[in-house]
Amino acid sequence: MTPLLRLEHISKAFSGVPALDDVTFEVLPGEVHALVGENGAGKSTLMNIASGVLPADSGRTCWEGQPVTLRSPRQAQELGISFVHQELALVPQLSAGENVFLGRHPCRRAGFDWVRWEEIHQRAGDLLEELGHRMDSRRTVAELSVGEQQLVEIARALAFRARLVIMDEATAPLSERETARLFEVIGKLKQRGVGVIYITHRLKEIYQGPDRVTVLRDGRCVATAPVAEMPLETLVRHMVGRPAREQFPAPESQVQPMAALRVEGLSVRGKIQDISFQVNRGEILGLAGLAGAGRTELLETLFGATAHGPGRVFINGRPVNIRTPADAVSHGLALVPDDRKAKGLIPEASVRWNMVLASERQPRIHAAREREKTDRMVRELRLRTSGPDQPVAQLSGGNQQKVVLARWLLADAKIFLMDEPTRGIDVGAKAEIYEIIRRLAARGAAIVLVSSELEEILRLADRVLVMHRGRIAGELARADASEESIMRLATGGDGR
Amino acid sequence: MKTAARSLWARTLSEALRRFGPLAALLLMCAALSLLSEHFLALDNLLNVFRQSAVNALLSLGQLLVIITAGIDLSVGSILGLCCVLAALVLKAGAPWWLAILAALAAGAALGAINGLLFTKLRLPHPFIPTLGMMNVARGLALVITGGFPISELPGGFRYWGAGAVVRIPAPVLVVVCACVLLHLFLTRTTLGRDIYAIGGNRQAALLSGVPVDRRLIMVYAISGALAAAGAVVLAGRMNSGFPLAGVGAELDSIAAVIIGGASFFGGVGTVLGTLVGALIMGVLRNGLNLMNVSAYWQTVVIGAVIVAAVWVDVVRQRAMRR
Repeated sequence: MTPLLRLEHISKAFSGVPALDDVTFEVLPGEVHALVGENGAGKSTLMNIASGVLPADSGRTCWEGQPVTLRSPRQAQELGISFVHQELALVPQLSAGENVFLGRHPCRRAGFDWVRWEEIHQRAGDLLEELGHRMDSRRTVAELSVGEQQLVEIARALAFRARLVIMDEATAPLSERETARLFEVIGKLKQRGVGVIYITHRLKEIYQGPDRVTVLRDGRCVATAPVAEMPLETLVRHMVGRPAREQFPAPESQVQPMAALRVEGLSVRGKIQDISFQVNRGEILGLAGLAGAGRTELLETLFGATAHGPGRVFINGRPVNIRTPADAVSHGLALVPDDRKAKGLIPEASVRWNMVLASERQPRIHAAREREKTDRMVRELRLRTSGPDQPVAQLSGGNQQKVVLARWLLADAKIFLMDEPTRGIDVGAKAEIYEIIRRLAARGAAIVLVSSELEEILRLADRVLVMHRGRIAGELARADASEESIMRLATGGDGR
Repeated sequence: MKTAARSLWARTLSEALRRFGPLAALLLMCAALSLLSEHFLALDNLLNVFRQSAVNALLSLGQLLVIITAGIDLSVGSILGLCCVLAALVLKAGAPWWLAILAALAAGAALGAINGLLFTKLRLPHPFIPTLGMMNVARGLALVITGGFPISELPGGFRYWGAGAVVRIPAPVLVVVCACVLLHLFLTRTTLGRDIYAIGGNRQAALLSGVPVDRRLIMVYAISGALAAAGAVVLAGRMNSGFPLAGVGAELDSIAAVIIGGASFFGGVGTVLGTLVGALIMGVLRNGLNLMNVSAYWQTVVIGAVIVAAVWVDVVRQRAMRR
């Protein structure tokens, strides 16, 4: 079979630093080809070349066997290559249907181009239904869930007659159920003979749909094989270039018999309902649930970022009234937000400044002390940075997350509210973040860990709470927690 | 490796352009004007330029703080007008000059704080709204209080701050220098100042790191109001009257000076030195065009073009840096 797209011997360097070195990669019609590798392995560069965003330094691109030169994303789109980005590229104020046809509204020419709204919504509705999801295409995108928005993007790709769809970290913001639906959609794309390049950090997903997998490491292609011939251990070994280290060391936390944080009957109208729980010193409490179950809202409410209705909060047994994040910090709370870029970091500011933001709150700046603190954290957390003055935006995702953690370590926080702390982080850095979380617990910190990766919760948590529609649906002791028992509670069933 | 060296060079050049670009432009303009007109470099003329730039410089410094937080303060011109009138009224009531100045500064800070309170506590979507409201309210009050007539003949102790001098250095210039030094230290040496940059860089991240964002924003607008009042003292002293229409359109000049001075409209970036240079560029431009007998109407056209050009240079610079 002629490959849809074949990239041959592609090399690319930035400012003399090679990003891709002699990489060959192809996708067949109707094939789902997974592309994996740690951050910085060259996945994004390769996909940018495949979609016409960047030119290659050397190598050849063939579309259906014919050599082509992709000069712009527009040209790639016209050939039939569509990119579904990690950050969705939709206009939230417009309707789903209009987004599907954005820039190419079907028109009737009569003096002006008159938009044919009926046709737009008819065709958009058909496309969405074909993807297995019935919805009113007149709703504005802002009202849709992230998963639905993604479907709109895929529908747009189909409306442009895409033959090849590139999905970059498409499941990162999705709940497990939405992820399952996305795989059904990918199956539909396959049936239509559309090729899919599937980039992900969640290695488990490689075994849920893709036909072949290619592993990039340090800009080279280290393996391409049918998924069936590539067990997980082999895959991880290819990615990290060394025998797979125990990714999740077994937990050995020392839970102390003293509640660091206790919550009684906490509610926020329309968000969370009657939440009660406690977390002890030295304990890692997993907080599981589907996207939209209210986990992020719960953490942000505890941290004083959202006002709450009835409910009481106790820290070390004493009632507290936390009305702003500043109050929360003074009570020893720390929030590691779900969205590093939007809520965690001042992107243009230096590593040092981002680190000391929460701890250096006295009026005068102590430059020497800040330097000492930053150097200590860089060493302790093995932060890979060119120096404390480097803008934090230039760091990789894992190192950015370490900066956020360092901020709270320096602030001497005792209770950590962590919201998806390893989202979008590569395998190696993930293991390091886990180590840090464990070390914190071992030192007596109390940790509330929200994660959509069940495996992460199962490996780290001493106890698991599951939320469903703003309420606590159940609590599972470590011994009783499994993917099945958590998912049952998270989807509204019972815990057994 | 040749390309790497070149990109490092480009980045250094771009950084230098960001820091010193406005200053270089100012010096170039001065050099050109000294060639075009023999009067330009005369000490009297230069002091005159400084004196005339003083009011705009004071408003711009307040505007700078606001723009660093990614906001905008449209009310500074009107707060200046109202504070001119209030200071004159206090003086007419027989109070000493220093009490009049304190009253004006307190009123300016209070009006600014109201801007901040409206923005943060009423959760108005953008500071444009409360400051647009304040712009009209303050101007209206100034006109209501005076019936539209200026309050003239102010005592000498007060006029000193607008018209006096210390060994030929005009008092307004000293006021500006003091404000600049204090504000520079505030922005660069205190965590309060750094909070302001953090809020502009990423408000949500600053909030979730424990920065009391609302309090800081209220403070920023209060400082902006107080600096507008300082401008009022200088202007009323120079004009020897409390004029209710003083400072009409001044908010736009202050925004222009801040932007010419290299601050980013998107927040998080901006310096006191840059803003001061921005205000001087506008002053020198006006003065130079005057010396060359260009009509005031055309001066407005030129200043408009300079604002757009300054931002365009910055856009080109940033594009070059990303490459």
